[in-house]
Amino acid sequence: MSSSGFEAFRENIRNLPRNLKGSLIRHGPPLSGRSRSQAVFSNLFLHVHSTRVHTRTLRFSATMAMGMASLALFIILSATGILLMVYYKPSVDLAYDSIKDIHYVVPTGRFIRNIHRWAAHLMVVTVFLHICRVFYTASYKAPREFNWLLGMGLFILTLALSFSGYLLPWDQLAYWAITIGSFIAASPTEFTDALGITSWFDPGGFSRQLLLGASEVGQEALLRFYILHCIVLPLALCAMLGVHFWRIRKDGGLGRPDDTPTTAAKGAGSDPTPRAPADAPRKSYGLMCVVRDRKPATNQNPDETVSSWPTLLRAELLVFMAVMLFCVILGLAFDAPLKELANPDVPENPAKAPWYFLGVQEMVSYSGFMGGIIIPMIVLLGLGLIPYLDREREQAGIYFSGARGKVVALKSAVFAAITAFLAVAVPVKYGWIREWFPSVHQLVVIFVNPATLLTALYALWSIYVLKRARSTRMAAIALFTCFLVGFTIMTIVGTYLRGPNWDFYWSQADWPMH
Amino acid sequence: MSNRLEPEPVARRDFLNLAGIWASGLAVFGSLIGMARLTKPSVLPEEGKSIRIGHAAEYPPGSETVIPKQKVLIVSREEGIAAISLVCTHLGCIVKRVEAGFDCPCHGSKFGPAGELLAGPAPRPLRWFEVSLAVDDRLIVDAEREVPPGTFFSA
Repeated sequence: MSSSGFEAFRENIRNLPRNLKGSLIRHGPPLSGRSRSQAVFSNLFLHVHSTRVHTRTLRFSATMAMGMASLALFIILSATGILLMVYYKPSVDLAYDSIKDIHYVVPTGRFIRNIHRWAAHLMVVTVFLHICRVFYTASYKAPREFNWLLGMGLFILTLALSFSGYLLPWDQLAYWAITIGSFIAASPTEFTDALGITSWFDPGGFSRQLLLGASEVGQEALLRFYILHCIVLPLALCAMLGVHFWRIRKDGGLGRPDDTPTTAAKGAGSDPTPRAPADAPRKSYGLMCVVRDRKPATNQNPDETVSSWPTLLRAELLVFMAVMLFCVILGLAFDAPLKELANPDVPENPAKAPWYFLGVQEMVSYSGFMGGIIIPMIVLLGLGLIPYLDREREQAGIYFSGARGKVVALKSAVFAAITAFLAVAVPVKYGWIREWFPSVHQLVVIFVNPATLLTALYALWSIYVLKRARSTRMAAIALFTCFLVGFTIMTIVGTYLRGPNWDFYWSQADWPMH
Repeated sequence: MSNRLEPEPVARRDFLNLAGIWASGLAVFGSLIGMARLTKPSVLPEEGKSIRIGHAAEYPPGSETVIPKQKVLIVSREEGIAAISLVCTHLGCIVKRVEAGFDCPCHGSKFGPAGELLAGPAPRPLRWFEVSLAVDDRLIVDAEREVPPGTFFSA
């Protein structure tokens, strides 16, 4: 008894490496179709993928890889962010010095901070392009409406993460960007003041106090932004990201046209019946999932799809590595900016927010409340409601939904560019209402300004397209393109053409010395 | 009493279930509100907004002095002394004194010499704060109390 127990134990020791490996890789080497499927299916982290993936999904033109690039950047940001937290001290007296330490003293600190900074900028870009891709390929349509909403939430979280990180270095740039940002949060006061009800109802002052924890940007604000940036927003983003990915699967994977040509259909003709590969095990197996589609997905030729392991995973790794390489190059080539220590007495001139908010800042220079709160809210609300307002059945996965959409998009882009140009040029050249009629009521200044007029013009254009083309999809393309172009132009103007006192300058060389 | 043939409009079991769900929902909602309440400070962690700026003699008529700490400009004239806020009423940047009045560096609002609105997105003129005399004969500027523009204090 005892000797046989000992024998068994010795046997277990001898088999330990094999059994350990067997329990780690539970399905054997991923060589056959089945074990490849199992590699994906039986792994918590991989099973967010389907076991097989359509070849069209893997094409670069189908997605531009922007969603995956955003995820890659988020992973890079999380890793570098945690590293930065090791040395960063969220205190008014220490924050600036700790960033200086990270830059000059901490081993690789400068490199890691640079990567964190550039990855943050890049993530805003990739998320934005991802939205554009999803919109123009009509991939927001049923059954993907909810995932589009989640995407909007993720977009807002991305911007919020970027913005909250902006304060942490506690330099001049940070201090004044957040001061302006917090006053934008408080700008409903502008409106309630004009109505004379601020003393009873002051949502602006309330939200500013909630954000800053004080009446000025100081220690409380720094700590609040630190908590938001490092805990609250990343957690919220992770949770939402999980649901976003899960919905992709549940909505049937990447949207594609119904008549996608398949390799099977191309070459076959003579023998369309699926044949099992030679190395497939005898036992048939099925991996099934109920997804919503218009036709049953049974008995389809397996040639349309390829095994996710390794094809899809390889593609994802490629995107990740490319993004990583890009960040590393940027991090080596360009230092993240750090201006002088925050000084509450002297604002930067010009005091500019991060570039992706400069379009908003340009609008804010017409009216804080409309440009900073109402118009962005209208745009976000409009974006979110697109799938519910445009319910035409459409083939997903075709850019601009065909030639007609391309023409609409092009015309809209021209229209938007001309009107946006006028909206900037007219006030620069001739001034605006207050210069013409100094005693005009504040409500007029709030509601009649270049930004509100531009928004109204875009809405009218979209309605015009709706009437002409008799298609909500075309109207949606028109509106989306208008806002895309208008936003881009506003951002360019805010970034390159605005100088001290937010005056217009053709180039930075013309700025007056001060 | 009802029986199976004459059911109550809402069965007792359903009623209790619903009541339980609503009670739990309200409890969760209430605790969320209570937790969120923590983030709204009831006392602001900062110094008082009213400061002493010295004797009136330090501000001879015709002079203009910036008090950086409180972000006000002390304007002294024959008719008295006034304090004009240097915080732009648009988005809180510090305005700069120029010949024509005040310019905001952030979004181009322009104000006249008395803080009146000339151009730009600012929704209202610069604020004027109350100037008063303390018992020790020194001047006090209270940034919590606004006075109508053009109000000069003379002792």
